[in-house]
Amino acid sequence: MVVRAVLIPLLPLVSFAAITFFGARLKSKSAWLAIGASVASCVLAFLEIASVVSGKTLHANFTWLAVNQIPIEFGVLIDPLSAMMLFVVTFVGSLIVIYSVGYMHGDPRYPKYFAYMSLFLFSMLGLVLSTTLVQIYLFWELVGLCSYFLIGFWFEKPAAAQAGRKAFIVNRIGDIGFFLGILLFFYTTGTLRFVDIQRELVHAHAGSAALGLAALLLFCGAVGKSAQFPLHVWLPDAMEGPTPVSALIHAATMVAAGIYLVARLFPLFHAFEYASQVVAVIGAVTAFGAAYFALTQWDIKRVLAYSTISQLGYMMAALGVGGMSAGAFHLMTHAFFKALLFLGAGSIIHGTGVQDMRQMGGLWKSMPTTFWTFAIATLAITGFFPLSGFWSKDEILLTAFEREHQGIFWILVLTAAMTSFYMFRLLFLTFFGHARGDTHAHESPAVMTIPLVILAIGSIGIGLVGSPWTGHWFQNFLEGAHGEPIHPSPFVIAMSVATCLAGLLIALLFYVGQPELPKRLAEKFWLFYSLSKNRLWLDELYNATWIRGFKSLALFSYKFDAQVIDSLVNQVGLKTIDTTRIYNWFDTYIVDGLVNFTGWFTRTLSGVLRLIQTGFVHNYLFILILGFLIILYTIH
Amino acid sequence: MIPIQHLLIFTSLLFLTGLYGAVTRRNMVGILISIEIMLNAVNINFIGFSRISDVSAEVAQVFVIFVIVLAAATAAVGLAIVLAIYRNQKTVYTDEVDLLKW
Amino acid sequence: MDAFAPLATFALYGLMLGILATAVVTVTVRNLFHAAIFLAFTLLGVAILYFFLHADFIAAIQILLYVGAIMTLVIFAIMLTSRMSDPSVPQSNRQRIPALVVTGIVGVFLILAILKTPWIVSGTLQTTNAVALGKALMGQFVLPFEVISLVLLVALIGAIVTARSDQ
Repeated sequence: MVVRAVLIPLLPLVSFAAITFFGARLKSKSAWLAIGASVASCVLAFLEIASVVSGKTLHANFTWLAVNQIPIEFGVLIDPLSAMMLFVVTFVGSLIVIYSVGYMHGDPRYPKYFAYMSLFLFSMLGLVLSTTLVQIYLFWELVGLCSYFLIGFWFEKPAAAQAGRKAFIVNRIGDIGFFLGILLFFYTTGTLRFVDIQRELVHAHAGSAALGLAALLLFCGAVGKSAQFPLHVWLPDAMEGPTPVSALIHAATMVAAGIYLVARLFPLFHAFEYASQVVAVIGAVTAFGAAYFALTQWDIKRVLAYSTISQLGYMMAALGVGGMSAGAFHLMTHAFFKALLFLGAGSIIHGTGVQDMRQMGGLWKSMPTTFWTFAIATLAITGFFPLSGFWSKDEILLTAFEREHQGIFWILVLTAAMTSFYMFRLLFLTFFGHARGDTHAHESPAVMTIPLVILAIGSIGIGLVGSPWTGHWFQNFLEGAHGEPIHPSPFVIAMSVATCLAGLLIALLFYVGQPELPKRLAEKFWLFYSLSKNRLWLDELYNATWIRGFKSLALFSYKFDAQVIDSLVNQVGLKTIDTTRIYNWFDTYIVDGLVNFTGWFTRTLSGVLRLIQTGFVHNYLFILILGFLIILYTIH
Repeated sequence: MIPIQHLLIFTSLLFLTGLYGAVTRRNMVGILISIEIMLNAVNINFIGFSRISDVSAEVAQVFVIFVIVLAAATAAVGLAIVLAIYRNQKTVYTDEVDLLKW
Repeated sequence: MDAFAPLATFALYGLMLGILATAVVTVTVRNLFHAAIFLAFTLLGVAILYFFLHADFIAAIQILLYVGAIMTLVIFAIMLTSRMSDPSVPQSNRQRIPALVVTGIVGVFLILAILKTPWIVSGTLQTTNAVALGKALMGQFVLPFEVISLVLLVALIGAIVTARSDQ
């Protein structure tokens, strides 16, 4: 059903258009439009997913324009991978749009927010359903634009406007690589369709250095969008946007687009060993680094932002070591519990009005629903049995272990321990102990807590689709017949459980048992502490190198302009003035004299001729006849 | 029938009569009347030639029809201009209007 | 027919003379209203001349258009502008003598040219009828026909706009 599939992204677009044009009149009713559109496309998406599950893949294209007989096409592609993404985007997206009704209540630009949300859903669904690299690039830019709009939604705050710009520019750097990658890929293989990117096609070009370079360039786009090292700097700043936006765009869906892209192009990376290596190493470094940064942050949303980066690195590492289904599985479970964590954080911010964890504490009494759902999400992300995070994280660790990427495996295990520590640190600081702020916390309205509950149920249960209890249904669904089965290893499972228990215990000791301990440790290991606290000074490094470099280049250009070019122009001008003196004399006496003489001559002559210009029509007629007579005489 | 030269001399004289009138009349309506006479002289020439030449007669007659139609247009516009001038300048005499003088 | 030929020739010369005479009166008479009346006679004479030249349709048009429409227009204009039939006002300007001389010289030239030119006269005299004329108008000359219709329409509108009082 192509029409039904096309309707999925179009409904939010219609909602966007309607709110944009009638938002001023609809006011708070515009939220219902956005909710209606997202829920309707969710229902349609479920129908499509049902048909994919039953074994039918939808693929339809129409030619947009043809270049040298090679068509550039648009279309819809619903295969298991995009069905999974469709499920995440429409389901989580609908819940977050509903949640926004409560969170954004009373905002002066309330309709605009829902318009942007609808536009984002349209773009994201278009991205997911893309059939070609060109189409995905187009929607890729659109989601980036929506992200920019929504990060800078409260553009009165300079930090928000700055963060929006930063996100846009950093993404641009990755997208340049992405675009070059598309061009190079097209140049090498002559196709843009995803369905053509099969093992056979890629292996036909296996030795081609150009295709390998194309893979790396395409990965650049994913690095920018999924906030991988070294382009991860935009995502923590993006937390200046409204919290539901952080949940939807900067945790569950848009940042997962990079993972989705790499998963789509999986055969390509599979064929090039070094490209896979780069993906795995970047993913592992990102996972570890971001988890390390998250250890010492005080802002609740920043902790979650670094956690997101870390988990995205996890997925990237999984794809890099060859676990396509593992990465995609973690993407899906992560979308649930990370969206839940962000929405929970939003609920806390909504209830207390602060973001700094040092001013929270003891909230479990005043915000019970938020607390319970948040706790479930924390258990899920740290990988407690049998919540969803356990299955997907183990899948990744198992893949890394079995494919004998020992370095990656150990980095990921260490990351899992850190993840467990900072998540429980967050949980304990926020909900336990005594209240440190002077704010009177209150539970959020039902429109916010109901999505929390639904997401919590999802966070518990969604992992089961990929568990041994269901026979690894999800992996088989995604990879089809040619998937390579992963055998459970007791050692890996033991490591996984041990690390998350260790993280829990350390956090318990630090933040519940002996609250003075962290401070003393921070003083003792000040180097590690400040490295984490200041995020390795990466932002400062970028400022000092790139931004300062560009600024001084601009200053140098300005100086060059002002001194060299301007003085050159002035010299030319002065010389011109000197030469014009001669011209001036020539002009005054020769040229003007000639012109004046012509004028005088004409005037004298016309003084005679004007006598016959009487202005009377009968005189003219008579002269006309005389002229006719002269003609007659001459031709005679 | 009469020789073609006689007819041509007759139309020439008729044309010159009209011309004389156009040059000497003070009244603009008079000038228009004289112009009609000139046009008629030309039309008679066309018809005369259509009789004696090898070209089929319709061609000349169609031409005459066009000339008559154009004459009607000329008369309509010309007389309208005369009325306009009369309203603005309170005269219809050519030697009292020198709007053409720059 | 042949028996009447001299008579017809005589009548034709008489007609020409009559046309010339009324034309001269038209351009010289002081009273412009009288000039208009004599113009009507001139035009009527030309129409009769067309009959002699076997151009029946043109003759009919001549009567309809000139004697009917244009004459009405001229008299209408004369009536609308006052002082017209006042005999005390001179009706010709001071170019009478030069005009007479110049037109005379032009006439001499024209007549000399007419007499000198060797006119090629085809053996049979051409005739035509209204049906052939209509076919020519709607066939060979359909484009000029349409253009001239447009010109007439534009002239009509122009005349109305020009003659309309400004308020």
